[in-house]
Amino acid sequence: MKLHIPTIPSSEITPKELFYNRRNFMQLAAGATMMSLLPQSVFAGDKLPNVKKADETPTDKLTSFKDITSYNNFYEFGTSKESPAENAGSLKTRPWTISVEGEVKKPKVYDIEELLKLAPLEERIYRLRCVEAWSMVIPWVGYPLAELLKLVEPTSKAKFVEFISLEDHDQMPGQKSATLEWPYREGLRIDEAMHPLTLLTVGLYGEVLPNQNGAPIRLVVPWKYGFKSAKSIVKIRLLENQPTTSWMKAGPAEYGFYSNVNPAVDHPRWTQAKERRIGEFLKRPTLPFNGYEDQVAHLYSGMDLIKNF
Amino acid sequence: MSLKNINVKVLAQIKIIVFLLALIPLTQLAIGAYFDGLGANPIEKITRTTGYWALTFLLITLTVTPLRRFTGWQWLMRLRRMLGLFAFFYASLHFLTYVVLDQFFDWESITHDIIKRPYITVGFPAFVLLIPLAITSNNRLIKLLGGKKWLSLHRLVYIIAIAGVVHYWWLVKKDITNPLTFAVLLALLLSIRLGYWLRSLSRQWGVS
Repeated sequence: MKLHIPTIPSSEITPKELFYNRRNFMQLAAGATMMSLLPQSVFAGDKLPNVKKADETPTDKLTSFKDITSYNNFYEFGTSKESPAENAGSLKTRPWTISVEGEVKKPKVYDIEELLKLAPLEERIYRLRCVEAWSMVIPWVGYPLAELLKLVEPTSKAKFVEFISLEDHDQMPGQKSATLEWPYREGLRIDEAMHPLTLLTVGLYGEVLPNQNGAPIRLVVPWKYGFKSAKSIVKIRLLENQPTTSWMKAGPAEYGFYSNVNPAVDHPRWTQAKERRIGEFLKRPTLPFNGYEDQVAHLYSGMDLIKNF
Repeated sequence: MSLKNINVKVLAQIKIIVFLLALIPLTQLAIGAYFDGLGANPIEKITRTTGYWALTFLLITLTVTPLRRFTGWQWLMRLRRMLGLFAFFYASLHFLTYVVLDQFFDWESITHDIIKRPYITVGFPAFVLLIPLAITSNNRLIKLLGGKKWLSLHRLVYIIAIAGVVHYWWLVKKDITNPLTFAVLLALLLSIRLGYWLRSLSRQWGVS
C-alpha cells in the first residue's frame, strides 16, 4: 500500500501568531455571544424594537438624519455646532441610571434597561425650535414623562420638576471649561412635566439616540426652546420651589424659567419672530408655542408671558 | 539676503503669495458650497466665516506698522493696502451674506435689526465706515486728498476695529473665547500706538 502523505499548501497553515492567539479569539467569540444576549438596542445606530409609528403623516418635512446628528447644541461636548458629533464618542451610555427623588412617595433609582421597557415606545414627530432662531423637524422615539412620574407618586408638595444631566469631565470634555454651571440643570412646572406632549426620549428615526443628541435618555418639550429639553439625564428631582436652571444662571435677563417659544417676545439680542428651518433658504414665521398652542396654551392662562419669558 | 532691504522683484513675489493666501478662506467656502460641505446651516457658516476673516484681516492690517517699527522691515508697509482691502473684501461678503442669504432683501427686517439689535447697530456703521477707506486706498486719491487728510480719514480704522470686535462679542450666545481673543489682540495693538503717540508727545514737549 502506498502511503499517502497529504501535503498541506502553505496558504492553509495557520500563522503562528494566530495559532497562539486562539485563546484571545475564543475569549472574543465568547464575549460576542454574551453581547448578543444583552438587549439589542444599546448603541447608536441600533434599531429600537416595537416602536409604534406616528399616526399622522407629518405636515412638515422631516429634517435629515445627517443634519439632526451633525448640528447640535450640547455644550458638554464643546460650544460649536460640530463639536458634539465630533466629541460625544467618549460618552458611556451603559451602565446608566436615573435617580427619581424629592417630593415623591416612592423614590427609586431606575436602570436604563428598565426605563426602556417602562412604557410602550412611540414615535413622535416634533418641531424643534432653538432659541438661536433655527428649527428642525425630528421623529423622536420615547414615551410621555408622565408615565415615569406617575410611578414614583409625587406628593402634594411637588410643584416643579428638575432635570439634572451627567457631570463627568472625562466623558464630557466641554465641561472642562466653565461655559455653563455644571451639571446642566433644567426644570419644568409639574403640569408641564405631566403634559402628554412632554416626551422622555430614547431614540430618533427609529434608532437608539446618538450620543450627540443626548443619549441614552433625554427630555423633549416641543413647545419650549430647545435648551429646555435636558439631555443625558441622571437625576429627576420633584421640588416644592422653582429650581434655577443653568441658563437662568448664565443669563437671567435672556433665559427665563418658562422659555416658551414666543414670536412676540424677542431675545434681548435678536428677534424670535422668524426662524430658519434647517434645509430651507427663506426664513419662516415662528408660531406661538412652536405651533402647539392648542395643546398647551391653557397651561398659561392668566399669566403674563412677557414677564414670565 | 537681508530681510531689511528686499528688491522690487522679491516684493512682487511676496505680494502674490500674500494675495493667494488671503483667498484661501474664500476658496474653502466656495468648495464647501459646491460639495455641500458647509454643514446643516450653510448660511450661518458663510456669515460666521466671512465675519471672522474680515476681523482677522483688520487686525493683521493694524499689525503692519508696529511690526515694521519693531523689525525695521520698511517694505511691510507695501503690503498694508492689500491687507486692508482684503479686510474690506471679507466685510463686504459678510454684509452681502446678511442682506441676501440671511434676510433675502427684507429691508424692513434689516432696518429693524440695525435699530434694535445692538450687535448690528454697532456692526453696520463699522462696515459703512470701511467704504470710504477702501475707496481712498489708491495713489490717485491719496494725492488728491493730501497726506494729512488721508491719514486722519484712515484713523477711522481704529474705531471700526473696536466696533467690529464689539459686534462679535455681543452676538455670541455664551462662549466668548473667540471675541475675547480678538479683543485682547486689538487692545495690544492699540496700546502700542498709544505708546508711540505718548512718546512723540513727550518728545515735542521736551524740546520746547
